[in-house]
Amino acid sequence: MIGVLSYLIFFATVASILSIAVLGLNLQWGNTGLFNGGVVAFFGAGAYGTLILGGIPQDGLIGGFQLPYLIALFGGMVIAGIVAWVVGLLTLRLRHDYLAIATFGVAVAFENLVRNAAILGGAQGIRGFERPLRDLFESALAYNAAFFVFVLTLLILTYLFLERLIASPFGRLLRAIREDETAAQSLGKSPSRVRLTAFIAGSVIMGLAGGLYATFYAFISPQDVLPILTFQIWAMLIVGGAGNNKGAVMGTFLIWAAWTASGWALSRFAPLEVQLYTGSIQFVLIGFVIVGMLMWRPQGLFPEKLVVSQSAAAKR
Amino acid sequence: MAEPILSIRNVTRDFGEFRAVDDVSIDIQTGTITGLIGPNGAGKTTLFNVLTGMLPPTSGTVHLDGQDVTRFRPDALFAMGLGRTFQIPRPFAKMSVLENVMLAPLAQSGERLWGPFFQSGKMRDQEAAIRRRAMEVLDFVTLAPLADNAAGQISGGQMKLLELARILMGDPKLILLDEPAAGVNPTLTKTLIEKIEELNRDGKTFVIIEHDMDFVMQHCDPVIALAEGRKVFEGRAEEAQSNTVLLDAYLGAQVE
Ligand SMILES: Nc1ncnc2c1ncn2[C@@H]1O[C@H](COP(=O)(O)OP(=O)(O)OP(=O)(O)O)[C@@H](O)[C@H]1O
Ligand SMILES: [Mg+2]
Repeated sequence: MIGVLSYLIFFATVASILSIAVLGLNLQWGNTGLFNGGVVAFFGAGAYGTLILGGIPQDGLIGGFQLPYLIALFGGMVIAGIVAWVVGLLTLRLRHDYLAIATFGVAVAFENLVRNAAILGGAQGIRGFERPLRDLFESALAYNAAFFVFVLTLLILTYLFLERLIASPFGRLLRAIREDETAAQSLGKSPSRVRLTAFIAGSVIMGLAGGLYATFYAFISPQDVLPILTFQIWAMLIVGGAGNNKGAVMGTFLIWAAWTASGWALSRFAPLEVQLYTGSIQFVLIGFVIVGMLMWRPQGLFPEKLVVSQSAAAKR
Repeated sequence: MAEPILSIRNVTRDFGEFRAVDDVSIDIQTGTITGLIGPNGAGKTTLFNVLTGMLPPTSGTVHLDGQDVTRFRPDALFAMGLGRTFQIPRPFAKMSVLENVMLAPLAQSGERLWGPFFQSGKMRDQEAAIRRRAMEVLDFVTLAPLADNAAGQISGGQMKLLELARILMGDPKLILLDEPAAGVNPTLTKTLIEKIEELNRDGKTFVIIEHDMDFVMQHCDPVIALAEGRKVFEGRAEEAQSNTVLLDAYLGAQVE
């Protein structure tokens, strides 16, 4: 019973954290049409940033500034935002597929950087993070439950923030630029500035997810910022419905459930030789889910609404 | 004569080896409806693209209200009162007709990331005013009943009216229309012409690219003709009809 409960908390925590990242991608892709193929770079920047700023000093590692946790978490978001700002200035002139390739490259470069930079922990990653307020709780279960509430609160805040943003003239502007940048510019809008703003804002949200993820495991390593995570996050958004925040969250829980269930089923029922390839099989499955969804229901389970900006929808 | 609202001087635009606009100089006088005609490929749309900042000219200058605006960006030019529509309509397809129109006003405080949070009162007031104005404009172009439809789902002619409605939200003083009547049914064309003339009486200046000669002859004065990138005629509509150079340019292009 305790086992099931603690597993449920574990599952819901990770799914909630990933939901935040998917919401960030939804701002970029669903609303603005920015094809970010390197989500893990910004997720990773937040994760590494949080542990570096909030961690204890360790031999040979950068950081260990022991900042109060919330400041460290916020700092991780800022670092993700700075990375996005630099990447955005360099790549946002690119269109769709080129932007995807460029950002994918950035993410691979990021992984290589953290893998090879000894001061960032190298392949070992950064360990030994003291989780905030851990001492206040006697049992691990109680602590994890409290941490889940914290994550859930942040998920709800992120969701409300984005819903309000999307319903505003800013959201209207994002979608206009997604639909037809040239027309938007002919109406006095500045697409490059808006694209950069949306790219940074989405990446900061991904950074928040990364910071929470690293906090939850008290650990981050290059294994956590592999391209597969980018694909998973994309699958969650596509299945849920790009352009719809509720869809983004639902898609995350669904795909994460399918992912963990398939991993469990493979480890339980597949022959031993096959189990060696569990990761690869899941990789292929994620590919099928993305392609299948795009063919069968490209708008996702929860399609975007037509009239999003609130005052346009108001009764006349 | 008064100072022209738009003054085009020796504008040339090359695409590689190809010269799409060749040393064109035109003055557009305030309050006129200028017809811009010429065979397919004459360079009319390319000239519009240069005037609205979508393409830089290879050489030459453009002055708007006496100010040199050569190589200004499209968004800056719209803010200065220059609005344009497109030959092939460019609606924001997955947004409602009303939202398409509400997008256009400049300097909306809710258009900044923090606007919806720190200026929400101001934003709400602005939104209410913008919505009211958008409905008026939609009413004016006869699209009010379609306000809640997806802009990508309305007819091609209605999209042209929608583009007109969008730029009217910016209250431009100079409006460039690229083939507003092409593919539009006669009733809608009639509506469109009425709207253009009404706006013109209110003081707005128009430059209209149009292939429909009846349209041009009846409603445009002066008429300017381009052929192979060059200006081959400038004068009153009646003169255009009997101008041999112009007829040659048209017939030549059509026979080829
Ligand atoms: N971006 C471009 N790249 C290369 N060539 C172009 C480009 N835009 C236009 N052209 C060429 O320039 C010439 C003029 O085109 P433009 O669209 O200005 O003609 P137009 O007078 O508007 O014709 P139509 O009446 O058919 O609309 C054409 O030969 C066209 O192929
Ligand atoms: Mg044309």
